[in-house]
Amino acid sequence: MSEVLVGWGGRLPATSTMRAPQCEDDVIRELASGEAMIARGLGRSYGDAAQLSGGAVLSNRGLSHIGPITDGVVTVGAGTSIDELLTHTLPEGWFIPVTPGTRQVTIGGAVAADVHGKNHHRDGSFANHVRSMRLVTPEGTLRVSPDDEPELFWATMGAMGLTGVVTSVELALARVETNQMVVDTDRFHDLASVMAEMRARDDNYHYSVAWVDCMRAGATMGRSILTRGRHATTDDVERSSLTPPGPSRLSIPFRAPSLALNAWSIRAFNEFWYRRSPEHEVEALVPIGAFFHPLDGLSNWNRLYGRRGFVQYQFCVPEQHGEAISHVIERLSESRVASFLAVLKRFGRANPAPLSFPLEGWTLALDLPVGAANLPALLDEFDTVVANANGRVYFAKDARLRREYVPMMYPRLDEFLRVKHRVDPRHQLTSDLARRLGLVSG
Amino acid sequence: MEDAFGHPQSVVVLGGSSEIARAITKRLCAARTRTVVLAGRNAALLSDAADEARAYGATKVEHVLFDAEEPHRAGATVREAFEKVDDPVDLVIIAVGQLGTQSGGEDSDAVAQLITVNFTWPSAALAEARRLLIAQGFGRILVISSFAAVRSRGGAYLYSGAKAGLDRVCVGLAQSLEGTGVKLQILRPGVVRTKMSRGLREPPFTTGTNDVAEIVMRALGTDDVVIWSPPILRYVAVLISHLPTALWRRIGARDE
Repeated sequence: MSEVLVGWGGRLPATSTMRAPQCEDDVIRELASGEAMIARGLGRSYGDAAQLSGGAVLSNRGLSHIGPITDGVVTVGAGTSIDELLTHTLPEGWFIPVTPGTRQVTIGGAVAADVHGKNHHRDGSFANHVRSMRLVTPEGTLRVSPDDEPELFWATMGAMGLTGVVTSVELALARVETNQMVVDTDRFHDLASVMAEMRARDDNYHYSVAWVDCMRAGATMGRSILTRGRHATTDDVERSSLTPPGPSRLSIPFRAPSLALNAWSIRAFNEFWYRRSPEHEVEALVPIGAFFHPLDGLSNWNRLYGRRGFVQYQFCVPEQHGEAISHVIERLSESRVASFLAVLKRFGRANPAPLSFPLEGWTLALDLPVGAANLPALLDEFDTVVANANGRVYFAKDARLRREYVPMMYPRLDEFLRVKHRVDPRHQLTSDLARRLGLVSG
Repeated sequence: MEDAFGHPQSVVVLGGSSEIARAITKRLCAARTRTVVLAGRNAALLSDAADEARAYGATKVEHVLFDAEEPHRAGATVREAFEKVDDPVDLVIIAVGQLGTQSGGEDSDAVAQLITVNFTWPSAALAEARRLLIAQGFGRILVISSFAAVRSRGGAYLYSGAKAGLDRVCVGLAQSLEGTGVKLQILRPGVVRTKMSRGLREPPFTTGTNDVAEIVMRALGTDDVVIWSPPILRYVAVLISHLPTALWRRIGARDE
């Protein structure tokens, strides 16, 4: 059945033929057709990673079994969402070891993007917690792990589905005692002070993230709210509970007019967000859902951006190039491009995956409504800043990177392409992102 | 593939030496375009346009020669251009046209030639581009129509009539493409300062080729079927479509 797919940013519609395998054998049969295809989960990547214009798209949602938890390890179907997994594991006192800002991603998608969370500086990215997985490639189906087929295991992490279709994942979970977090919140009047604080004391916290207002100029440029926390123990709470987070209560029913989010309304929102946060608050109890997935409370929030949609620009730079963060925020503020509260975080050590995004240092994610005439050129300029700082742009967010930058930002691209060629010599697994950025040639 | 702003990586330009097409191609190459196939009649002009495309960032530039007075060969020309891209084609620009001398509405050969170049050849080429892009499953077509297609004027009625015909075909074609993954956009520029317009009196809203290219670059990222250049012509068009004939003829006569 032909369907028009878009990424979460609402740009780049792709007409693709949908397939819905219900088990690993179905996936094997689909690949045996020889047709060009890519797997897709819940469509939360922002650009064109999980679509193939004029080709086939394999929904992984039918692969949704969840096995029993044994010694904190669970085997789960690649189409299971983090939300579904938590419903199953949290009542037993097990949490997902790494979660992005939404529970609405599948485990297959989490592998494909090698997602990271607020604990990257402590726990690394999703791949670091995967014990093994089953992978259907055009050259055969196999179990891969850091010990069996390590090259293929790591090449699959962050490779946006281009080495094969992940059907199930053996995942090590994290022990928790309650469904609450103990959170410290601080406001900072400028970027330099929040970055200094994060450098100095992030390591004392399990989780840490800063929201940055990129629409301020001058002395308050980059004013921020830093929230840091840890899982609450039974000693921290009066009544201990392990009830999983509930479904979102509010939804945006249709696409807002494209002008609803403009420089004025976004500036007002940023102001509101800054003022509603406490100047300094210690050890507040916050539910797990509100701490990790604040936007899940409002389903389809991307519709707020209207028909024109938005692009997200997320990059990371090594520790010694922290100035690239302030440079980008300064240019953004000067250029008067509308930008929602940006997310700033410190990354810990990178893992061995050649296409995994996180590098030890800093990452900044910007949400930018499409429409400003100077936006394409401004983002091109940021690419140069990031590449010169030996940083990189995140494929899961990208919809516009200049392809010449890919080998600079991902210097181990060739290593990935060699593995890709071994398991997919005819380049059957491809996507609009892969074609746009040259991730299938070589 | 296109990026989120509608900027393509590979482009086929039919009428590649047209000044408007060259201005657009330059901007496309400065953005994301690396492969360009230029099709046109004049090899020397195409070679200049190719140098320009390379200077602005294209890494692969090819050319195809054709004669717009031979519409039965339009399909073959489009196929040849697609083959030379040797990758998916993100954007096809149809910029074939000729203002003509306009003196002889009485010379049937001249009329046939003008209608062929401005209407028949582009329509035939469109059919083939449509077929190839649908088979590919995605892509975009940009047709350079004209503000003159809105309402026929005394002096340039042949050109205006041929462009109106092409424009009408494109409106229908754009509708026919819904659900195919292929998009068509119609550019309706007002008078643009080019060789073709040299010596003509400059009416209001005359722009340069770079202004048109700038507007196209922004419009590629939208779902707009019609692109007006400058944008105010959208409203001028509404106005003049409703002017009483007598008044319209007087305005037309004044321009001659």
